[in-house]
Amino acid sequence: MSSDTLAKASAVPDTPEHAESLRIVPHRRPGQWAAAVAVLALLALALTSVLRNEAFQWDVVADYFTSGAVLRGLWLTLWLTAVVMVLGFALGTLLAAARLSSNPVLRSVSWGYVWLFRSIPVLVQLLLWFNIGALYPQILGVRTVDLLGPVTVAIIGLTLHEAAYAAEVVRGGILSVDRGQIEAAQALGLSRWRRWRRIVLPQAMRSIVPPAGNMLVGTLKGTSIVSVIAVQDLLYSVQLVYHRTYQVIPLLMVATVWYTVVTSVLSAGQYYVEKHYARGFGSTR
Amino acid sequence: MTVMVDIRSVHKSFGSLEVLKGIDLAVRTGEVTVILGPSGSGKSTLLRTVNHLEKVDRGAISVDGTLIGYRRSGDKLYELPEREVLRQRTRIGFVFQNFHLFPHLTVLDNVIEAPVSALGRPRREAVESARRLLARVGLADKADSHPRQLSGGQQQRVAIARALALEPRLLLFDEPTSALDPELVGEVLDVIKDLAHQGTTMIVVTHEIGFAREVADTVVFMDDGRIVEQGPPADVLDRPRHERTRAFLSKVL
Repeated sequence: MSSDTLAKASAVPDTPEHAESLRIVPHRRPGQWAAAVAVLALLALALTSVLRNEAFQWDVVADYFTSGAVLRGLWLTLWLTAVVMVLGFALGTLLAAARLSSNPVLRSVSWGYVWLFRSIPVLVQLLLWFNIGALYPQILGVRTVDLLGPVTVAIIGLTLHEAAYAAEVVRGGILSVDRGQIEAAQALGLSRWRRWRRIVLPQAMRSIVPPAGNMLVGTLKGTSIVSVIAVQDLLYSVQLVYHRTYQVIPLLMVATVWYTVVTSVLSAGQYYVEKHYARGFGSTR
Repeated sequence: MTVMVDIRSVHKSFGSLEVLKGIDLAVRTGEVTVILGPSGSGKSTLLRTVNHLEKVDRGAISVDGTLIGYRRSGDKLYELPEREVLRQRTRIGFVFQNFHLFPHLTVLDNVIEAPVSALGRPRREAVESARRLLARVGLADKADSHPRQLSGGQQQRVAIARALALEPRLLLFDEPTSALDPELVGEVLDVIKDLAHQGTTMIVVTHEIGFAREVADTVVFMDDGRIVEQGPPADVLDRPRHERTRAFLSKVL
């Protein structure tokens, strides 16, 4: 048998003559269409019920949305979130550095901190700090209740809680940096601080930013817990209004919409921060 | 000829595993020493002790007349503070198997980082000399790229330029071509050869026998934490005296 006949024999029987002129028809997926239609129908139902249910009182929502009391509450929520994030990550970074140090005492203390503050619910912690005067009636000669007002208690409680999580996020980020990077920097004679600032941290940020963004959004919403110790954040501000007017649902909607708006803005910001730290790494994963 | 690197009875263990069992080696100024040996023979560890990336358990190493990593007082060696070890390292260039370029910095920033931050050179001056070095390794047009945009061979040439930017008295190469695709090995070896011909003192750990034959002044064969034999390439590679050297060469040639 010649090679020519062999080629013919092994070919698919109806191999077309003009392959380049044939049209390719994708496989149909009727199930996908059906699922999409069903989900859209459910969404439409939910949406009409929300819009047509008078009890939502959207006109009341609109009235209070930019009222002074609500905006003051929103402002407190925003700066409390910022302060807690900054202090929490500052303390968390120190804890992560201690955990990764070669000093066994620092390592253990850091581990113990994270263990303790991850174990206590943040609500319990806030109540404990709020009542710390029962344990220490005076601090440095000043009455504890005068020293630790509700806002200070909120900052302390939320920061200590935040730092425990931030420590783990930062530690994970540092561990994600290739050991060879540090060695190369050592071989080039870069100082400890320069290695950390210029080589390790910028690369660790790639792993730190996504969970940190998650924590930022979580903290923003989590600050609403301070309403239990009468700090006038966004939630407590709307509560003060509805305790007076009994318009519970529309005022909760005011808070809901504001939390959603701020979260959306923060998520958009996170996208750009991630892009910044992905320089030189090809894609943002 | 003066001695640039003087290694005296160096011992090193990792846990219970002794990887260097008493190494004595002298490298003369301006010469190229190539270290060959099977993996696990301790050759990379030895190279890393020369710039104190690994501490030695016993013995001493001096480079250009200076004891590395320690200060001698009487019959004791006191470990130097990190700051001084870092200063010593700026006189010794090190090129890694896996390049270890800083991926978030541009090629130019990789090269000027150490001169600017470790030696305190003015940035403008460092940039000028970095551009000259990049031209020398054939990558003048890649200054603004990021390392991941380059081929492995190009990355290793940047790593060599980065090591040269400190104007070191000694260059150490740790298997500089082992992580490269075969077709990229030549371009890196050409750069190293070029440096050798200009009289740079260097120690090269490698598996490239052809390179050793062509460039080395001294070939050192290591096995099981010891130097088995050393001498000019014509002796060690073509007329090895030890059975273990012969067995190794017959496998890699």
